[in-house]
Amino acid sequence: MIENKKEYIKNVSGCRAETGKFIVPLLKGMVYTLKNFFSKPITIQYPSERREVSQRWRGLHKLKTDDRGELKCVACGLCACICPARAISITPYEEEGGTRYPKEFIVNEIRCIFCGFCEEACPRDAIELTKVYDYVDYNRQDFDFDIAKLKNPEQFVFKGK
Amino acid sequence: MIEFVTILLVKTLVVFGVSMLIVAYSTWFERKVLGHVQLRHGPMRVGFHGLLQPIADGIKGFFKEELVPENADKPVFILAPIISIAAALSLLVVIPFGDSVTIMGKEITLYLADLDIGILYVLGISTIGSYGCMLGGWSSGNKYGVLGGLRASAQMISYELPMALAVIGVVMVSGTLSLVGIVNAQAGLWNIVAQPLAFVIFIICGLAELNRTPFDMPEAEAELACGYNVEYSSMKFALFFMAEYAHMFVFAAMVTTLFLGGWHGPFLPGVVWFFIKTFAMIFFCIWERSTFPRCRYDQVMKLGWKVLLPAGFLNIFLTGLWMLVFSG
Repeated sequence: MIENKKEYIKNVSGCRAETGKFIVPLLKGMVYTLKNFFSKPITIQYPSERREVSQRWRGLHKLKTDDRGELKCVACGLCACICPARAISITPYEEEGGTRYPKEFIVNEIRCIFCGFCEEACPRDAIELTKVYDYVDYNRQDFDFDIAKLKNPEQFVFKGK
Repeated sequence: MIEFVTILLVKTLVVFGVSMLIVAYSTWFERKVLGHVQLRHGPMRVGFHGLLQPIADGIKGFFKEELVPENADKPVFILAPIISIAAALSLLVVIPFGDSVTIMGKEITLYLADLDIGILYVLGISTIGSYGCMLGGWSSGNKYGVLGGLRASAQMISYELPMALAVIGVVMVSGTLSLVGIVNAQAGLWNIVAQPLAFVIFIICGLAELNRTPFDMPEAEAELACGYNVEYSSMKFALFFMAEYAHMFVFAAMVTTLFLGGWHGPFLPGVVWFFIKTFAMIFFCIWERSTFPRCRYDQVMKLGWKVLLPAGFLNIFLTGLWMLVFSG
């Protein structure tokens, strides 16, 4: 229940302008904006400055190589098996001598949910999620990463023009 | 004779060039200041800290497609931005940038014309600028444009009166209508000290005349899409935009001339003082824009007619009383 209806209506309709109580708030606002003007902008100038990502950031996939520069992956298919988004497809290839490696290793970066299960499931520590997050392209097909792209995802870090 | 014409021509070119440069760069300055107030950087990419941004914008303006709406009244539609910019630029004639200087044995005055009725000229011509808004809004055949134009005319007429009343106080103190005379009269005491009430009234009315926040009724983005210039594109829009900023520069120069002592100041040469004060005023315009919300339309009208107009009369009365008591 509103005690004093007249007073209430006066307050609701607004009217600081009628009571003349707006000059001090306006001046306070001016001081506030001036303070902001002299403080440092919080903008991050993206390509030249970048936001620090978490230690555990999960970005684009990388297929690791061993000392001789060959893929560590043995195409066991565990990552493809555990992948909840079914983003990984592997075509294995076995040589005569018994060494097994992937003939094709395709990660669909659009389907991928970047959960990191592939990294955890891998028995050979061959796949890893890097901190690279700024991959852009024009076609969906370009997001199907093949071995060449997966070997070096760092090339996609955007450095500006 | 030839010498006279040459000097005048060179002065005109310099004033025009410098003013257009200031107009262009006050857009950059405004974006920078607004950015920093909002903890952003503002333009940063085009040139060092976005310094080439106004030039890029100008080039873009030239190459944009020129559109004339089907419902538009074509001659008026084309004329409106020209009126706007012409009115704003004609005001540059009377601004006293500085005292006279001597170059190569010639005494050269740093203003284009010292009209005996300079202040009347300013008040009159700046009103013509509102015709630009009004005709532009009306002729574009767009309801938002019409509303913006109507608001512009109503607001400008309302605020013209208290502005003139505030100026009368200054004229009473200085005893002259010439802008150079007013500046000379402020050699000892600036008018901001002698006429504080007139100063406040003049600034508020000036902001309303400029259509700047908190009085940006004619182009209230949220209500009117863009107001009177909604149908304009390319260079015609750019002309409106330039007129607005030229007007802002003239307003800052007027405040400097009428209240802040014009070119008077210690140590530095007069022109430098003039521009320091003018830029301080331009900064103020941007600063208050970044702070204040837009007034409601009835509030704007109420402020103009019920507060500023009586305050203007009060100021004249007090000034007269002061002069009667202390110099009579």
